[in-house]
Order: sequence, then C-alpha cells, then structure tokens
Amino acid sequence: MGERSRLAEGLRIYRLIAGMWIRSLLTYRTSFVLTAFGNLLVTGLDFVAILLMFAQVDELGGWTLPEVAFLYGLAATAFGVADLVLGSMDVLGARIRDGSFDILLVRPGPVLAQVAADHFALRRLGRIIQGVLVLGWGLLTVDVDWSVPKALLLPVTLISGAAIFSALFVAGAAFQFVAQDAAEAQNAFTYGGNTLLQFPPTVFGRDLVRGATFVLPLAFVNWLPASYVLDRPLPLGLPDQVAFAPPLVSVACCAAAGLAWRAGLRSYRSTGS
Amino acid sequence: MTEGGFIEVDRVEKVFDVRRKTGFLRRERRQVRAVDSVSFTVARGEMVGYIGPNGAGKSTTVKMLTGILVPSGGRLRVAGIDPSRERTRLAHRIGVVFGQRTTLWWDLPLIDSYRLMHRMYRIPDARYRENLDRLVELLDLGALLDVPVRQLSLGQRMRGDIAAALLHDPEVLYLDEPTIGLDVISKAKVRGFLRELNAERGTTVLLTTHDLQDIEQLCSRVMVIDHGRIMYDGPLAGLHEVGESERTLVVDLERELPPIDAAPARVVRVEGPRQWLAFPAAESAAALVARVAAEYPLVDLSVREPDIEAVIAKMYADQAERVVS
Ligand SMILES: Nc1ncnc2c1ncn2[C@@H]1O[C@H](COP(=O)(O)OP(=O)(O)OP(=O)(O)O)[C@@H](O)[C@H]1O
Ligand SMILES: [Mg+2]
Repeated sequence: MGERSRLAEGLRIYRLIAGMWIRSLLTYRTSFVLTAFGNLLVTGLDFVAILLMFAQVDELGGWTLPEVAFLYGLAATAFGVADLVLGSMDVLGARIRDGSFDILLVRPGPVLAQVAADHFALRRLGRIIQGVLVLGWGLLTVDVDWSVPKALLLPVTLISGAAIFSALFVAGAAFQFVAQDAAEAQNAFTYGGNTLLQFPPTVFGRDLVRGATFVLPLAFVNWLPASYVLDRPLPLGLPDQVAFAPPLVSVACCAAAGLAWRAGLRSYRSTGS
Repeated sequence: MTEGGFIEVDRVEKVFDVRRKTGFLRRERRQVRAVDSVSFTVARGEMVGYIGPNGAGKSTTVKMLTGILVPSGGRLRVAGIDPSRERTRLAHRIGVVFGQRTTLWWDLPLIDSYRLMHRMYRIPDARYRENLDRLVELLDLGALLDVPVRQLSLGQRMRGDIAAALLHDPEVLYLDEPTIGLDVISKAKVRGFLRELNAERGTTVLLTTHDLQDIEQLCSRVMVIDHGRIMYDGPLAGLHEVGESERTLVVDLERELPPIDAAPARVVRVEGPRQWLAFPAAESAAALVARVAAEYPLVDLSVREPDIEAVIAKMYADQAERVVS
C-alpha cells in the first residue's frame, strides 16, 4: 500500500472509531451534557486568569493584553486541534497494561489511527472554540502593521502549531510502550507546553526559552511567528527569517514522532494472558 | 500456496525479557522462554486443539500466529503471510476470539459492533447481510442484537464475540479459551456451532482450552505443549499410549472381601463389596476378568476406559518431574 492510500485508510478508520465513541458517550446523555458544559467553563476560566493578572499590571514581560491574547489564541487553537484529534492517546498505557491493545492489532487498519481515535471525546471541541474566540479578540484589538507575509504567516502558523503538538502527543504515546505509566509525563509536556506558550517568552529565563526552541521546538508554535507579526525582536536574538520556519519544524517533528511510534510498536510485548 | 500447510510453524521461539525489582533501583533481568522451538503445520480445514497447563505457552503461540507478537526466532507463515510483517493484510483472512477479552463495544447495542466490522473490513453489503443472518441463526443471537453489550451475560457475550470474528469470512479462526466460564448449555452451543462452521465452510480452527471435552467433541488432532515445547501432536486417542494410561475394572462381589490379588492389576479403591482394579490399557481385559471370576464370587463388573483428563494430568506431572530433576 502506498503512503497515500495508507493515510486515506487511516483517516477512514479514525472516522469509524471516533463515530463509535461519540455514539457510546451519547448513551449517557446527561453526563455528556454536564461534562461538555463543565469543560467549556474550565477552559473559559483559563483566559480569565490572564485577564485578572492584567487588572494588576499593564504589561506582562513588556507585552500588552491584546498582544498576549494574540499569543494565547495561537497556542490555544493549535493545541485545541491536536487535543481534539489525539488528546486521548494517553489511554494507550492503560490498554497496554490490561492487554486490550492486542485487540487493536488483529484488526485491519493502521494501529496509530485506531489508537488516536480511541476514547475520542467531542467535549474537547470546547478548547478550540475558546482558542479561536481569544485569537479573534486579540486580532481585533492588537496594533499590527499588516503586510502580505504577515497575513500568510498566520494560517501557516496555526497548521504548523497543530502539527507540532500532534507530534508531541504521538511521541508521548510511543513512550508509553516503554513505560506504561507515562501518561502523566506525557501530559506534563503537552498540557504544560501549552500553558508555557500562553505567556510571552520575555517572562521566562533564557535557558527555558532556549530549551523550548532547540530541544522541544514549542517556540515555533507561536513565540517566534507572533514576535515577527508584532514587530518585536525574536527571542534569543534570532533573525527574522526564523519566524517562517514553523512548517519545516513541524514536518521534522512529525517524522521523528512517526519513527518513535514505529519503534515503540515494534517493542510491544503484550501481557501474559 | 505451498504443499506444506495453511499454517506453518518452524522452530519458532519467543523469549521474554523479564525485569524484576529486587530492591530500590536494583533490578534483576531474567529470560523467560515462553515458546521453545515449536514446529507444526496445520492443513486447510483442520480443527486442532492446543492444550497444556497454565503458562505453557499457548496464548503466546496464538499471539505470534496473529501478528500481535514478533517471534524471537524461527519461521512462521499463515496463508503464506508472515504475520508480524504483514499484520494488516493478514487481518482480513483470520478471525480471533480471546475468551478473556472482547472486541464488542461495551455501551452500544450488539448490532453496532457488527456494523463497525462491516465497514472496517469493507465486507460487501450482500455478503455481510448473508453472514450476519446465518451467524445470528446458528448462534442464537436474534434477541440480543439490540441489547447493549454491557447487559449481556458471559455466554451471550462470547457468542457475540465469535460472530464478530467471523463476519468477514476468515479462512482460519483462532480461539483462545472460548469456553472459559461458560455453563454446560452455552458450551454445547459454542461447540455445536464450531463443528458446523468447520464442516460447512471448511474454516480452519485452532483452539486452546482447559476443557478437554472441547477437544474430545471437536478436534481430531490435539497438540500438547508444556514449558514452551510440544510434547505430543496427534489424534486424541493416541494420547493413551503415550501417557502409559490405565483402564479400570470395577467388580461387585457377593460380600466384603480383602483386596483382590491379580497382578499386574492392582486394587486402587475398595468400597464395601465393590473394588476398583487398575491395569495397563494395553493388556487384555478378558484375561483379567476370567481370572477374577474364577477365584472370587462375582455379582457384576464393568470396564472403564482411561479418563483423558487423568492421562493428561499424568503427562503434565511427568514433565514437571523431569524439569525439576
Ligand atoms: N508479555 C509477557 N511478558 C513476560 N512474560 C510473559 C508475557 N506473556 C507471557 N509470558 C510468560 O510466558 C509463559 C507462557 O505464557 P502464556 O500466556 O503463553 O501461557 P498459556 O499457555 O496461555 O497459559 P494459560 O493456560 O494460563 O493461559 C508464562 O511463563 C508467562 O509468564
Ligand atoms: Mg493463555
């Protein structure tokens, strides 16, 4: 099978399984409504915390509220997309521990697609909605000297950011083949990374920013492109061209995550029953 | 396809690296040879029982045959396919039922799981409907299709799982303990169904079990595995010879008497006037009966064939002794 038809098959299987999970959750209608509502409330409060901070100060690390909203919106939207599509991958560890992962292996269809769709939860849509709202508000209120490259960079950044976060989810899942109780560690990187990116790079120490740029390239999700769009100097004194690197970085991340996934799957050893 | 067989297993091994914590940060590494140079072939349409004590390596073998586990050594082919290399291609040609797990969707009506199989395996519509109707009839699932799986009993769920594994017309069906925890009636239903499947469709069946009646009623061939090695491969009846089994002569005397003396037969049990004599299965029963009848006041007698469970239990025990010594 060519890579292309495998991708198509993967998407088909993903849709089928995600559909089953949505139907399963809908059988518990009340609980579904309640969790969806609760989720929306909690994600909503996330940005309120930042608003409260700005009630005390005018700037955060030299960034104004609209600028921070822009930054926040970029990260939250990109993360939201990855979280909706792959956010449940942390249940893989539990499936490996109890042996039910075996079942996925005897079905046709790419295992990655089956695992990605496992425990698909529509309630995660709340994050995307909230991210888009904050991003929209930021764009409306922020002071930008718009140009064609800046306007083009915006959608490219969102797509690349979602891909970078997705790679992080897949790599974290791959790690669970080695350590089945690594779900917490995975969440520390994904959710933690998202939280980190909601604040300007200037509030963090140089070493942390360096790590988030060169080791775990989260800075490409929003810090670098947003700095360029806002006519601010790029963190770490990087040249402006680096702001256009997100697509390349995201492709590299996805390739690395794909390799990690393959290695993890190959090392799978099932359980003793 | 080669002449060799539909399933070909050639000196296959599986070694697990087991790490155990022996103290803070101290770990001990040990290797478990779960399957140790196992070879066999299964022809298309055969129905084979795979038995052995707990931890013998049955499930590990099945997992390698289905592509779940990668063998540590040896060669494995199912329908000419190397299972772990071409898992997805193989998936369309095999059906798997794990007695301890389910493929069904817990919160949804049974029929929803079947609809998923229909689309996942891309089963042509007409074929799907035909197979579903047949399976529903044979496995008696009609009343259960609209019931959420979590409300099914164990036996009902097992029948549901078997149907789910067969909707795509697999050429081979692996069953790992399909009758575990089922009552007599459910077991009979499952066995009757498997016999029919094998006879009608020629589906190759490999089943592991701890219930020897499964084997007696279904399989013309049985493989016994212990400590990862095949101890026996042949017809069920042949196990008696290998197992050095004994038959039992039960005699009812006129009154209570001291144990009968009729070597090489020996008395294994006395209960009032009734006595049980064990003698080698290969010896003639007639000679023994004649001798006993000549010397003792007989009222009635019967000969019992060796109990297959006992034969196998003896085989496991012998093997364990050999390993220990
Ligand atoms: N994933 C694993 N990791 C480590 N050891 C394993 C694993 N799976 C099986 N084993 C070991 O391999 C051996 C064979 O196990 P297997 O599950 O194949 O036995 P079995 O014949 O199916 O037994 P049972 O009748 O109890 O189901 C056992 O010693 C078991 O502890
Ligand atoms: Mg087993």
